This record gives sequence, C-alpha cells and structure tokens, in this order.
Amino acid sequence: MNGDGALDRLRREGRIVVVGASLAGLRAAETLREKGFTGSLTMIGDEPHEPYDRPPLSKQVLLGAATADGTALPRRRALDATWRLGVRATGLDMAARRVRLADGDEVPYDRLLIATGVRARPWPREEEAGLDGVFVLRTLDDAAALGRRLAEGPRRVFVIGAGFTGSEIASACRERGLAVTVAERGAAPLVGALGGVVGAVAAELQREHGVDLRCGVMVTALEGDASGRVRAAHLSDGSTVETDVVVVSLGATRNTEWLAGSGLGAGPRGIACDAGCRAFDIRGIVTDDIYVAGDVARSPHPLFGYQFLSLEHWGNAVCQAEIAAHNMLSESADRLPHMWVPAFWSAQFGVNIKSVGVPSMGTEILVSQGSLMDRRFVGVYGYQGRVIGAVAFDHARWLPFYQELIETTAPFPPAFPMVGRSPGGQRPVDADFPDPSVPTHGPTVTLSGYSPADRRMTFTPAH
Amino acid sequence: MTQSPLHQILDHANRPDPYPIYAELRKTPVHHEADGPYVISTYHEIRSLLHDPRLSSDVRHLASAAHDPLAESGQEEQTVLPPSFLRLDPPEHDRLRRMANRPFGPPHSPHTVDGMRQELHDIVSGLIDGIGDTGRIDLVDQFSYPFPVTVICRLLGVPREDEARFHGWADTIAASLDPDPDADPAERGKGAHDARMQLGMYLAGLIEERRKQPRDDMLSALATAEGPDGAMTTMELLSTAALLLIAGHETTVNLVTNGMLTLLRNPDVLRRLRAEPRLAVPVVEELLRFEPPVQLLPQRTPLTGIRIHGVTIPKGASVWLVLASGNRDPKRFQNPDRFDPDRRDVQHLGFGSGIHSCFGAPLARLEAQLALSELARRLENPRLLEDPPPYRQNAVLRGPRHLPIACDGIRP
Ligand SMILES: Cc1cc2nc3c(=O)[nH]c(=O)nc-3n(C[C@H](O)[C@H](O)[C@H](O)COP(=O)(O)OP(=O)(O)OC[C@H]3O[C@@H](n4cnc5c(N)ncnc54)[C@H](O)[C@@H]3O)c2cc1C
Repeated sequence: MNGDGALDRLRREGRIVVVGASLAGLRAAETLREKGFTGSLTMIGDEPHEPYDRPPLSKQVLLGAATADGTALPRRRALDATWRLGVRATGLDMAARRVRLADGDEVPYDRLLIATGVRARPWPREEEAGLDGVFVLRTLDDAAALGRRLAEGPRRVFVIGAGFTGSEIASACRERGLAVTVAERGAAPLVGALGGVVGAVAAELQREHGVDLRCGVMVTALEGDASGRVRAAHLSDGSTVETDVVVVSLGATRNTEWLAGSGLGAGPRGIACDAGCRAFDIRGIVTDDIYVAGDVARSPHPLFGYQFLSLEHWGNAVCQAEIAAHNMLSESADRLPHMWVPAFWSAQFGVNIKSVGVPSMGTEILVSQGSLMDRRFVGVYGYQGRVIGAVAFDHARWLPFYQELIETTAPFPPAFPMVGRSPGGQRPVDADFPDPSVPTHGPTVTLSGYSPADRRMTFTPAH
Repeated sequence: MTQSPLHQILDHANRPDPYPIYAELRKTPVHHEADGPYVISTYHEIRSLLHDPRLSSDVRHLASAAHDPLAESGQEEQTVLPPSFLRLDPPEHDRLRRMANRPFGPPHSPHTVDGMRQELHDIVSGLIDGIGDTGRIDLVDQFSYPFPVTVICRLLGVPREDEARFHGWADTIAASLDPDPDADPAERGKGAHDARMQLGMYLAGLIEERRKQPRDDMLSALATAEGPDGAMTTMELLSTAALLLIAGHETTVNLVTNGMLTLLRNPDVLRRLRAEPRLAVPVVEELLRFEPPVQLLPQRTPLTGIRIHGVTIPKGASVWLVLASGNRDPKRFQNPDRFDPDRRDVQHLGFGSGIHSCFGAPLARLEAQLALSELARRLENPRLLEDPPPYRQNAVLRGPRHLPIACDGIRP
C-alpha cells in the first residue's frame, strides 16, 4: 500500500478520536480541521461541560470576578465534531483500535489522541476528605462549589499546600477579606518550583497580605463536628486551627487508570511519548496511531538532558496539542518535534509571576534585574555553568530574552551589564531547592529557529 | 550613485511608500554604514532586541561619537524637562511608568479607558457633524488632528475653556517634530521652544491647582498620588504630562489618517466595516502591522557588545529598530504586503514590545476603532482626492500631512 495514499485517505475520511475534551483536546481538534482533516472527529470527555479554561478558576472565579461558566474556552473555528460529554473512557483496545466508554459504547479510531490531563490529589484519609467544607480545586464544579462557600463568609479558610494553586487560593481569599491559614510541609511557598531564595520572597508576600502562613509543618488530621462539617485542622507541631473551609492543594494525579492493561506505556507518572507526541507502549516501542498531549504527557526534552518532562502548564498543553495534531496527519519526514521551552505564569497577592525553562533543575540563582527586596525582579537559574531557567516577579517583559539564553545554553552566571541591574552587582547564590534532582551530565543541545518548521537543534558533545 | 539605505529612509520623496526600501534593507538584517546607526529591519531580530536588557533607552549611554542623523532633527521634545520614562531605563523607568499607570490602567484603574467610550464617541460625532463642505475635506485638519488632542485634554483634565490655547501649543510643537525643509529652522525652533515653555508653565499651574483641589482626572491623580512608590516630583510630573500629550496624540493622528487612507484604498474592507462595526477591532490591529504610525525606534544603545545575526553591535552605538519593516517581514507574516483584517496571529510590532511598549495602546486602539467605524458609517461614498496624499517630513512618526477626500454627504 502506498503511504501517501493511506495518509490522504486518513485526512479525507479517517476517524480521529480525542479522549479528554479540555484545553489540549480542543486545540488539537481545531488544528486537525485547520490542517484540512475532513474525516470524523469524536470528542470524549467525562465532564459534562464544553471545554473551559482552568487558570481563572483559582483566580478570577474565586474572587467572584468571573462566573464559573464564563470561562468557556474561545473557539478558534467550527469543529464539526461528535461530542460525547459526561461519559468516561474506561478502556482501550490497541489491537482493534477501539476506545471503550463507561456507557458500554465502543468508538473505533484510526488515530487516537489522549489528553486526559490530571486530577487533584485528594486528602488521603477518605473519611476526613468527605467532610462537608473540604474541597479540592481542579474543575469548574469544584470552583463553583468553593466559590459558593467562600461567599457565605466562613470564619477562616485553611489551605493545605502552598504550591501555585494553594497560594493563588490564599491570595483570592485574602482579597475577599477572609482569614486564611496556609500549611506547607516545605520551608516556604513555591519552594518546590522556584527554590528557597524565591520561596522566601513568596513567604513574605503572603505574610504581608495577612496570611497566617505555617511552614515546615504537616497536617495530621482534619476534624469534623457532629453534623459532618469540618471544624478544625490538626498540625504536626501540635497546634490546631479552627476552620470552616479546607482546601486541599496537594498537587495532581495523572488520569491514566483507564489505560491499565491496554499495553500502552501509561502509569502514575503519565504517558511516555516521543518528541513527536507519539505514545510508547509498555515495551518501549513507539506507536504510530496513538498520540498524547497536555498534562498527562511525559516527553523527552533535548534541552533539558533528554529528561522526560511532565509539565502542568497551559502553554505546553496548547503547543503539544498543535504538534500532535500536525504529526497525526503527516508523513514521518514532515513531523515536527515538540520543543516548547516550558513557561508558566501565576497571579497572586497582586504580583505577576512568570517562569521560563526549568527553574527546579537549577542549583544556583542570580538576581539579574530588579531586587528581591522590592519583589520586582528576574532571577536566573544556573545548572552546571549554563542558564537553565528564569523567574520574573512583575518583570515578565524581559523573559523572552532569558528564554533565548536557555535555548542557546548561554553560560551562567550571565556576566554582562543589563538595565535595571542592581548597582552593587549581586552574585549567584545557592537556589536552595529542597531536594535537587541531579540528572547526569549530558551533552549540550541548543535550539534555534522561530517557527516549528525551522526550529533546529544543534548538538555539541560534552567534554 | 544610488543613495544609501539610510538616506533613502530619511528622503522625503520616499515617504508615501517606504516599504520597498525596507524590503531591500531586510536582506541585511543588521545594516551598518560607516559612522551611521545600526539599522535592524527583521521581525525576530527586532523583537529579540526589544527584550534585551543589554540595550538601553537612556541617551546618556550613547557614545558621543555615535552619529545619528535623527539626533539633530528635532526629535528631542523635552529640552527643558528631565527625560520622560520613554527615555529612561529601569529602575527609574519602571517607577515612573508604574505611577503614571495607576490612574490609567489595570490593576488600579481597569475602567479608565473603557469609561471614556461615550465621551470619545461624542467627540467623534461632533467632529463629523462639523465637517461642512463635503466636496473637499481635509481629514487631518478637520478630524484626525483635533480628535486626539481633545481626548488628551479630557483625560489629563485640561478645562474646556483652555482647550483652544492647548491645541495651539500642541500644533506648534507637533509641527516642529516635522521639519519643513523650506522653513527657517531657527525661526521654527524658537517657536517650538516658546510653545513648550508656555505649555510647561500652563501645566505647572494646572498641577498646582489640582494639588489643592483634586478633580476626577489624571493630572489630579498624579499630583496627589500616594502609592507605594511615593509621589512624582513636579518636574517628573511635567515630563510625564508632556509625554502623554505629545506621544499620545502625535501617533493617533497618523493611526487614524493612515487607517482611512488604507480603507479608501481597500473599498471592500471599508464596505464590510460599514456593515459590521465590530470589524474595527481586527482592522485596527492589522493597520498597526500594515501602516504603523511609529515606523522606527531610533533611541537605543547597547551597554555592552551585543551579537545578533552574526554581527556584534558595539557598546554605545546608536541602534534603530525599524518596526514597520519587521511588520512586513515575510519570515513572520504570510503575504505581508497585503492588508488583510482577517489575518490571525497579528503579533505586530506597531506598539513596540518589551518594557517600553506603547503606554497609551489601549486608548489609541479605542480611539482608532471608534474613529474609523464612525467615518465608515457616516461618510457617504467617500473617495480620495489625491493618492498618494502629501506626507509629513518625519520618517519616524510617518503619516500624511493632509488627506484630501470628498464624499456625497454625511449620514446622520
Ligand atoms: C486551578 C488551576 C489553575 C491553573 N493555573 C495555571 C496558570 O496560572 N498557568 C498555567 O500555565 N497553568 C495553569 N493551570 C494548569 C492548566 O490549566 C493545565 O496545564 C491545562 O488545563 C492542561 O490541559 P489538558 O487538556 O492537558 O488537561 P485538563 O485541562 O486537565 O483536561 C483533561 C480533561 O480530560 C478529562 N478526562 C480525564 N480522564 C478521562 C477519561 N477517562 N475519559 C474522558 N475524559 C477524561 C478530564 O475530566 C478533563 O476534563 C492551572 C490549573 C488549575 C486546575
């Protein structure tokens, strides 16, 4: 059979199924249509809602500035798809190319895109997690329920975990004038993502905004009253905090259970795929018809030592979805690699935080512009003598420059003068990550080119 | 001998259509002539430099030897005032811009610009109502000039009864930015200097009044601000106000005029805009790409050698970023020389990018959207009387000096 002919037929009358009808799923579907796919498109999502945007859920929606249903994702074009919303995919038959659904139906495909994302990790003790007033925040329904409870004016909100989501929730509560306690096992908020130096700034920011921040402690138990409403949280330092609302913000679990036994390389850390978004099976062989995108994907990044990175980043989901869609319809020589440089943003306590690269791989940090004291700065992360990441507090407009430094493996610390650099000249210090992951020393790869089609990797062997 | 690209840019004869020169220029993305500035003309290189913290906006970093043909052409509007934040680097830039932004935009004043919508609409309607003889309209003098000056007066809080005087000074200063080769430079220079002095004194008096009796306007807000950054000094306030005034209307005049010119050259788009006023949003974005009012940024200088596209621009050199050329770079935009309001991904450089990206962008956008959709709706069968129209001298703030048009009548 002629390869071109098969591809043409796929484009014309193939069947493409997308499991996970959210950001990555929608953007992939739109891209497929844009690239001229005229076959049948089926969107399967276990949530009853049309695709919506999650970042506002912990920001505008909690503030009451946007309604939960106002976060529908804008459509770039008409999709002409069959929507199967409110129904979960429960299994995959790779040999027969069929997706099994919870309602007993089976959907055949020629190409499958898996974009099932992650879900909030619940409070581990089921009984306590079930108390009235204990929330997680991942979905629109979560946000609506939490928002309603906040509007009732609880005496205090207790947030477990001071990562990005937990910190944003605390920020929204403070803005609504609610008393907030945040408990964090690490030494400071955001410490896992940005290290202790920046974490200290985040801690100060929280305290200044009136958050009762408790670091270096663990929550040992949640206590309910006779009617099953949460009333207190107990901490490892022996203290107790009276509260009416608890938000569990302990990170996420990948939605891969439905693939158990399918033979796909899917597990608790996500679904491994190659740089072209093609999923691996459990034998480590790449599939030709199953693609992965978004939070659930785990793909090797040449710039970061070929580590398999899982990124819970909005921009990553969009970019990976577009690449996956392109590759699904392309001959192997025309496929594009997903070489997106990680980028993330957050808004909390009036500060716009943005990062590029992988700060958490850094061992040192240099405040290259602005100052920590003003909480307006760029911090550059160094790893083995090269720039590996950068974070900006209210300084986001400079980040494209730092991204270029990362892409070209520029030396760390950057030694040149810059505007807004503090006159004394700050020196790099230990970035102070709690548990620095130290990947082995690898070759150096640099990225160049602007559009996906002319992005190039240059390989420089390590010496 | 053919002219050097630099001279071609500056040559008034090329003002109506500088784009072929830019296309030529893009073949050498970093162009340098002996003693001249480094001229950057390609999209990605311009964007990258706009985000490069090694590139300063502060003229004090310019090597005295760096020759810049624009330095003497009257660009420096603030001889009597300290540099505005446009000409400063962080941290001073950030502090002043932040303070100026408090009463102007989000997060502290998210509704200032949108709150002016009705007022802008009324000003536009008034100007169109007053057009008179439809057989020959000068769109610049009768519409695109008075519109933004009136708007900036309202925004700053210049009382209505003073607007006429204010217009007069603004006109004189604006004219001086547009050197007329035939006029006596000393004479014109003096006129502009006087206008600037009078405007400065007028603003200083107004600020004093607002300090004592604040009103609901930007001058009051700036004069009485007590934010985390403290207050602006009177001199800082004056430079900021002058910046808002000059930059705020000089550019909008051209955006609106270039806009109408482009629409008249693309009657199908004009027709669509008449039927569907919401098209004004993408039309204005595409305009900012296709005919940006600020063609190039001439005031940048490296703090250290910067290597870009294989060339090292030395410390202290003068760097020109030709935004209008980047906007037509075929490596970034498909069919860049086509005016296409349906274009997606219009990440133009019309407002620059990075920390100095246009402060007034939200207001400029709204002004242009309202102006163009109303002109499209109300002018009956509009047509150009001269194409190309006569252009102003200025290569940086490029636009027609007059735009003679005619129409069959004015719809109510
Ligand atoms: C509160 C919050 C705030 C955030 N803020 C930011 C931010 O500021 N900046 C940023 O960069 N990122 C932010 N993110 C992350 C960003 O939203 C995610 O990266 C993005 O949503 C990932 O998209 P996705 O399509 O891969 O996954 P998801 O959006 O998680 O979508 C996956 C979908 O698949 C569905 N699904 C799962 N299993 C099945 C199944 N078996 N069958 C059918 N459907 C299934 C899920 O219910 C879900 O609807 C935030 C996330 C949250 C929750």
